[in-house]
Amino acid sequence: MSDLTQGPNAGALVQAYRLRSGRRLLLVLGAIACLAALVIFDIITGPANLSFGRALQVILDPSIATPKEDVIIWKLRLPVALMAVLVGAMLGVAGAEMQTILNNPLADPFTLGLSSAASFGAALAIVLGWSVVPGVGGLFVTMNAFVFALGTSCALFLFTRLRGVSPEAMILVGIAMLFTFNALLAFLQYGASEMQLAQLIFWQLGSLSRATWEKVAICAGVLGVILPWFLHQSWALTALRMGEDKAAALGVNVGLLRLTVLGGVSLLAAVAVSFVGAIAFVGLVGPHIARMIVGEDQRGFLPLSALCGALILSGTSIASKAITPGIVYPIGMITSLIGIPFFILLILGQRKRHWQ
Amino acid sequence: MTGLSAQGLCFSYGRRQVLSDVSFDPLERGKLTVLIGPNAAGKSTLFRLIAGLLAPSAGKVHIADTDLARLSTRERLKKVCFMPQFFTANAALTVFDVMMMAHKQLKGWRVSEDDMFAVGQALEDAGIGHLAEAYVSELSGGQSQMVSVAQALIRKSDVYLFDEPTSALDLRHQLDVLTQIKTAVAGRQAVGMVALHDLNLAARYADNLILLGEGRILAQGSPEEVLRSPAISNTYGVEIEITTGPRENLLVHAYTS
Repeated sequence: MSDLTQGPNAGALVQAYRLRSGRRLLLVLGAIACLAALVIFDIITGPANLSFGRALQVILDPSIATPKEDVIIWKLRLPVALMAVLVGAMLGVAGAEMQTILNNPLADPFTLGLSSAASFGAALAIVLGWSVVPGVGGLFVTMNAFVFALGTSCALFLFTRLRGVSPEAMILVGIAMLFTFNALLAFLQYGASEMQLAQLIFWQLGSLSRATWEKVAICAGVLGVILPWFLHQSWALTALRMGEDKAAALGVNVGLLRLTVLGGVSLLAAVAVSFVGAIAFVGLVGPHIARMIVGEDQRGFLPLSALCGALILSGTSIASKAITPGIVYPIGMITSLIGIPFFILLILGQRKRHWQ
Repeated sequence: MTGLSAQGLCFSYGRRQVLSDVSFDPLERGKLTVLIGPNAAGKSTLFRLIAGLLAPSAGKVHIADTDLARLSTRERLKKVCFMPQFFTANAALTVFDVMMMAHKQLKGWRVSEDDMFAVGQALEDAGIGHLAEAYVSELSGGQSQMVSVAQALIRKSDVYLFDEPTSALDLRHQLDVLTQIKTAVAGRQAVGMVALHDLNLAARYADNLILLGEGRILAQGSPEEVLRSPAISNTYGVEIEITTGPRENLLVHAYTS
């Protein structure tokens, strides 16, 4: 068992792997620390002149807050800051697994038409005043968006049951959904009044200002169930990247894995989109950044995708308030504006190609 | 101690019958069986049926007295290690990562010291230690095939199935890889099956030869018997002559007319 090139001995190989694992852990911990700092910055950005230290103290010990700080930090800004983190993480995770199961670098929850469906649902509520689930009161725009996004993935589910679970079929059906809902949306926009149109566009551009503690809790709950479950499937998902055949030979039930992960991804995306509007880009780019940094071993890739998504959206939340004092810009616009230059730099600095 | 046997395996893709009534006597443990046959003879399908990745329309596969159909897919794939035909992956995973993945067999999040040393040693044994930290997307065709074989050999199984493990390799590495497979099979007292196109390699490494053509087993036995049988010329549609090489090995010569 010789080779012309004599390799280093086993111990050196183990050492290299150990170093890389250690580096991965440090990166994840570093990203968590950055995220914590960004959340505090998010809270002190805006009128009221809070200091970083003071904001941190009030968060760690709510009892020392003055009534004014209590309102600003605990009632107004913390839910928004946490919502940015959670939604960013949800979109990052959703995008990472979408790209994994569909074996396609351009896949994110929106490729499959989920965001168009959500926008259409919201438009139904805003323009026609229809509510698909009666009795939800003021939440009916959110509820419509959620029902349509989830309905779209159910349709996708049914389709894969009829025709088998191949990535190509899933993507093509997803794109068909995307165009269908975009066309329907255009119909509604055409007949809408100026007021409704403005409202609709505002909804689509995305906003964190609708955050409440209840929504934060719902997002945390959904993420808290689905992320550990995806992590549990780490080896199987990593194996899938080596090709279906390889994964199947290792004992992965590829069809079932694709379907269940699709279910999880849909739920993450539907909840995120219905609460904050259609924010593209985060689900696409978060995982790409993570992949460039740590590769695709899911044990590092998945946590870092979540963290990248969270970092991007948290940064966006700060930028949306900081660009023009007194104005909060829609986050959908900002994500692309601040994210894309950074993303292009990363692509240019990257020498390896993992997608041909 | 008896090994792997098949009785009356049939399989069809839709209306196209791929395998009909394929049976073979128990293949002994510690021995390497080479499966030969023209393109589309059903070699890969037979491997998939044995591994349980496809379900036969009739027939059974046994290891000793155990009917493999009674095992769950996971249990079955623990006993039967199948290396699919040559592939290239474009994932951002290093060779060490994918070896670890094969070694862990989807179990357990934590990677222990023992796991790491097992992978390091397996890479050394396979002669691809220098590739450990390379991304699989950067490997050449031959290198990824060697990784593929190493991924199969790191697993401890009762049966090893290799679907054309040498198709992308140069002469030197063909011999290396087949020697590794043969040594591993003998050392672990496992049943080894390898599908090959190169009849000279088959003659060199096989303890048993099975000739598959149009979904049937046409000949089965020692390399000498099978290679000298008339079935082989008929199956491939070429004239085949066998001579003895300088080291008492069989040499296969093929002529189109």
